[in-house]
Amino acid sequence: MRRKWVIRILSKNFFKNHNPGDFLFERLTMFFALVVFLLILLMGYEMYDGSRMSIDKFGWNFLVNSEWDPVQEIFGALPIIYGTLVSSILALVIALPLSLGVAVFLSESAPPWLEKPLSYLVELLAGIPSVIYGLWGIFVLVPWIRNDVEPFLSQHLDFLPFFRGAPYGFGMLAAILILCVMILPIISSIVRDVLKSVPQSQREAALALGATKWESIKIVLLEAKPGILGATMLGLGRAIGETMAVTMVIGNTAKISLSLFDPSYTMASVIANEFTEATSDLYISSLIELALVLFVITVAINALARLLVWSLERKWKKN
Amino acid sequence: MLNKTKTRPHLAESCIAGKIKKVFLSLFLVMISSSMTFAQLQLNGAGATFPYVIYMKWFDEYKKETGIQFNYQSIGSGGGIRQIIEGTVDFGASDGPMSDQQLKEALQKRGTEILHIPTVMGAVVVSYNLPGVGKGLNLDGSVLADIFLGKITKWNDKRIKAMNPNKNLPDRYIVVAHRSDGSGTTYIFTDYLSKVSKTWETKVGRGTSVSWPVGLGGKGNEGVAGLIKQTEGSIGYVELAYAVQNNIFYASMKNRAGNFIEPTFNSVTAAAEGASKNMPKDLRVSITNAEGKNSYPISGFTWLLIYKDMKDASKATAMVKFLNWAMEKGQSFATSLYYAPLPKEVVKLCKSKIAVITSGGKKINLK
Repeated sequence: MRRKWVIRILSKNFFKNHNPGDFLFERLTMFFALVVFLLILLMGYEMYDGSRMSIDKFGWNFLVNSEWDPVQEIFGALPIIYGTLVSSILALVIALPLSLGVAVFLSESAPPWLEKPLSYLVELLAGIPSVIYGLWGIFVLVPWIRNDVEPFLSQHLDFLPFFRGAPYGFGMLAAILILCVMILPIISSIVRDVLKSVPQSQREAALALGATKWESIKIVLLEAKPGILGATMLGLGRAIGETMAVTMVIGNTAKISLSLFDPSYTMASVIANEFTEATSDLYISSLIELALVLFVITVAINALARLLVWSLERKWKKN
Repeated sequence: MLNKTKTRPHLAESCIAGKIKKVFLSLFLVMISSSMTFAQLQLNGAGATFPYVIYMKWFDEYKKETGIQFNYQSIGSGGGIRQIIEGTVDFGASDGPMSDQQLKEALQKRGTEILHIPTVMGAVVVSYNLPGVGKGLNLDGSVLADIFLGKITKWNDKRIKAMNPNKNLPDRYIVVAHRSDGSGTTYIFTDYLSKVSKTWETKVGRGTSVSWPVGLGGKGNEGVAGLIKQTEGSIGYVELAYAVQNNIFYASMKNRAGNFIEPTFNSVTAAAEGASKNMPKDLRVSITNAEGKNSYPISGFTWLLIYKDMKDASKATAMVKFLNWAMEKGQSFATSLYYAPLPKEVVKLCKSKIAVITSGGKKINLK
């Protein structure tokens, strides 16, 4: 087999069709691409392997039990999974319309002298390290929530179960708002690029047919749907995986509570908080299983986003 | 002419090549010489974060005196215990003693016992934020446990009032703050609560992380201190060193003898003194709620974990010498770095423990 290969490469015909440089380059890049794939598989396997002890002990109970007690060595991740999903999804719900607004303004209606500096600032926001958001959260956001937001909400909306309880400032609401501030620049800068890439002729065609400015923007937005969806998923991914800023303001308590005023916990924060001082094997194994759950959720969300984008694109092409 | 211009760049190139060669050669020599100094003697350790500052100071001073290098990674007590069991380090460090099961595992895997050598002491202070109340709130163990269990919910509770007749305690809800990251500080604190409250022991227990019945979690001492500073009516616990450096109000705790004791380096050392009378042989002892008139009740040791029998004779000698140095000269650095030094009685116990270290079964020649 190997000899045949060598002969094939050495024969003159082969090089007539294949430039050796191209051939090498192609194989090399393919190798690197495959390494990424392997790396993900390896990470998944390693986490599964590390969490086997906890999987054997708790089984599916790990996902539905809501007690996380390192002393008794009972580990149930439900409140932590709940905290992760609720904080990031609600952050997304608030951030998405805002960032769409920012992006539409920047790409469609901002005057050039305003657009450049504003886009630059938005991109700058996306690059700020999360610990700085966390500090800002502790010193600015949390006192504001405690002194103004929570008293206001509990005064006017206390018929809803979401706005009851003592106003600590630290808690789910603070985490949601800080995540919202963190993912807003990411989503809006990507969406702005997506909108910019929609051909100018689309807008001109719409305007020429007598559409108003708003109607032409609507057409552009429709065209950019897959890109917007992708940006949304990226934002959600960042929110789910965010560790430092969240752990600084969320109150770090593994309990499920409807009220947004109560403290909560997220998977990434639990791992960051407890891994260094975890002594028993089962404890470590459970923390690794938590990482595995986080990994699976992230992969699932990304897959879902791909699927959505793909089906939308197909639909669009049919039309 | 043509030739000359052609050769010139070559000349220049060879000149540069020569220079590069020289640079590389000298770099190489530097590397060899530096690796030779490194080859001297090097001991690696890993573990607790709490004593990191003083260990760094000790290793630095000791290197200046003897040239022996100690490397220490503060990866957490859990990591320190794991690594000494696996044999990837020469010594470990921990804020909580190893469990019997862990010691058995180490004996099985490494074929030698592990010694616990206390090095310095730390204390945990109960810090609070109550406008208009000021310094020096008095508390006792059972009240503290009930606050952290969520049974006492208001500051003007009868039991708190009884201990603080001169204070005007407000009608305010108590906000409990605790560490969210695993830490030796939490271990000492929950160990104390377990000793003074049966309910705490059965419901929550002791550990580097526990399942807290109530309250908010902050990351690190600074996280908890931040929660306390910002939240009126809050109570929490932080390391003594941190509280002293940051001027935080803290409570005086009632000790076994019935006195309210303010946490200071002296009262922490007094606690170890009180506990030293009935110290177990392996020095794996918690000194929370210690006896003694002036003992501050929420304090604890931090330990170095050392193999009783070390294979490498030169490393064993260096280790023993260093430990003896740490017991004598090392202790003098403690208070300036906000650690409480060991009392004389405990130093004596430690030294007798250090004396049993062997290398390959043979006694160590210190000369």
